Amino acid sequence: MGDREIARGDADSAASAARAGEAAPLLATAGIERRFGATAALAGVDLAVKAGELLTLLGPSGSGKTTLLKVIAGFEPPDRGSVTLAGRDVTALSPAKRNIGMVFQHYALFPHMTAEANIAFPLAMRGLARETIRAKVASALTLVGLAGYEQRLPRQLSGGQQQRVALARAIVFDPTLLLLDEPFGALDRKLRAEMQVEIKGLQRRLGITTLFVTHDQEEALVLSDRIAVMNAGRIAQIGTPEDLYRRPATRFVAEFVGEANLFRGRAGVISGAAHARTVEVKLESGASMRAVLAPGDRAIHYGADLALVVRPDRPRIVAAGEAAENRVAGSVSEAVYLGETIRYRVALEGGGEIMLRHSAEGVRLAPGARVELGWPAADMTAVLWG
Amino acid sequence: MSGRAPRGWRGEAAPLALGALPIAFLGVFFLLPVASLLLTSVEGGSLAPFERALTDGLYVGVLIDTVRLALVVAAICLLLAYPVAYFLATASRVWTAVGFACLLLPFLTSILVRTYAWMILLGRNGIVNRALLDWGIVAEPLALLHNETGVVVGMVHVLLPYMVFPLYAVLLRVDRDLVAAAAGLGASPWRIFTRIYFPLTLPGAFAGAVLVFVIAIGFFITPALLGGGRVMTIGLLIEQQVRQFLDWPFAAALSALLLAAALLIQGTFQRVLRGEARWH
Repeated sequence: MGDREIARGDADSAASAARAGEAAPLLATAGIERRFGATAALAGVDLAVKAGELLTLLGPSGSGKTTLLKVIAGFEPPDRGSVTLAGRDVTALSPAKRNIGMVFQHYALFPHMTAEANIAFPLAMRGLARETIRAKVASALTLVGLAGYEQRLPRQLSGGQQQRVALARAIVFDPTLLLLDEPFGALDRKLRAEMQVEIKGLQRRLGITTLFVTHDQEEALVLSDRIAVMNAGRIAQIGTPEDLYRRPATRFVAEFVGEANLFRGRAGVISGAAHARTVEVKLESGASMRAVLAPGDRAIHYGADLALVVRPDRPRIVAAGEAAENRVAGSVSEAVYLGETIRYRVALEGGGEIMLRHSAEGVRLAPGARVELGWPAADMTAVLWG
Repeated sequence: MSGRAPRGWRGEAAPLALGALPIAFLGVFFLLPVASLLLTSVEGGSLAPFERALTDGLYVGVLIDTVRLALVVAAICLLLAYPVAYFLATASRVWTAVGFACLLLPFLTSILVRTYAWMILLGRNGIVNRALLDWGIVAEPLALLHNETGVVVGMVHVLLPYMVFPLYAVLLRVDRDLVAAAAGLGASPWRIFTRIYFPLTLPGAFAGAVLVFVIAIGFFITPALLGGGRVMTIGLLIEQQVRQFLDWPFAAALSALLLAAALLIQGTFQRVLRGEARWH
């Protein structure tokens, strides 16, 4: 009880500090390393989660995201580094003392307990009075829309209902932090979308700081305030969904988050003010393109091996004489109607292809048609190829 | 058998052909003799042997003693086996291998050899008594052999693996995520054990205990040697009736009762367990 009060107090002060503009994170990891034999599952992870935000750890399997979640929850000890939760170093604390709620991939509901007993479990472990427990469990069940299901055993509940019970159990004790480990994996597509909306709404209403793990980039874009993209035991980039989509910092992020058209080339002239430098890139085909560098990007220099990234929604159809900073020409090889948008593949005249995603309202292109496409340097990002 | 076995006559005929020989063997050399023995008990349409076994206080006493002995052995096996199985299920791979070796070596040794070994250990001048005397823990040697204590010790030793192996299989099946979830929700290791681990493994524990009980109820060699004629079980009684009194009908009636008792216990527990394990 006492611990929890303090933890809540710290969380509140952290929240008010965040509101005051100071970046006092509710959860911070510093230099987390974890090896399994010869492989480094985590190779120095620094992560800061602000109070009240929903941050997603996004990465392919084996990227270390689940290991990081386990380290934060206390199930896996880090070889090096520390975890700070609400201003308190919890690295050496057992999971039981961290006051973290977690929804497991397969929910991990206790099969021999009713929904009610499952949700009451964390409260009983904290020694709360019977009446208090009853009231809290009832309100948690109402919150997740399962009032009336108190006496059901987990196996008597559908997948979606089981997930709601798991969620109720994870939030009923006012945890400092909520962890979600790929909780939508076992649900069908429609139910998944429903639960995503519901969980996000619940998270907003309760203002509960949440760390969400997934390998599904679409899911990450839908749910997150910010996304940390993980690759090979490190955080490749952290930012809002739009940051990652429009200004990927590495080729991995560009390819992993959303669809990307890549061009490879060598950096030529770099010019412009510090916050918006433009680079001219000589492509392998001999053509040249221009891209705007991310503010503060110092890694790119003359002669660097670059990947140019343009998202499929950016290239527009341009007339023969029309000026465009970047332009390509080719013939439409495929057109797929996707409802609101149409996806085209265009085989380029210099070799290679480009993917387009245009509104279904605009001009339609027929397969085989020759098109010229153009886009400004501002719609293109340059990152190091390697 | 693979689940993709073709349907039709070949799918059913092949297992049948494979099973025919062992089934025939069991039928001729096990079922027939057992049936003919059991029939002996009702020879001439008389239920007298059963009446004798179930009304004579002497024999009823043996029946009760046997069941009590088997229950005590099963209970002690359960208490001893749980920590062992828990250790095997949670220890590192090396320690699991060591643990299994410790369990299997005696398991593969003849019961007779092990029983004689216990006679050496438990006798009046045995290692156990001498150690206790030397350390001044007891003034007089304890009576450990040729009484129920000796029989229980010997039977527990022989039957422990029958308890550990099924229990180990059950403990291994407990979802690690449940344990992690309980820990994350604030449960101490003790609470995790009492509230999650133990209830989930209770049906398996009971199943193991029933197996031990059913084997123990018909045990012969260990009570014969370690009991020294002072502990009477149904098994010993049957042997005595056959060898000393040549009273085959009575021995057959006792055998039938033993079989009935084992089946009854097994059936009852199975029913209870099905109720217990309703979440599976």
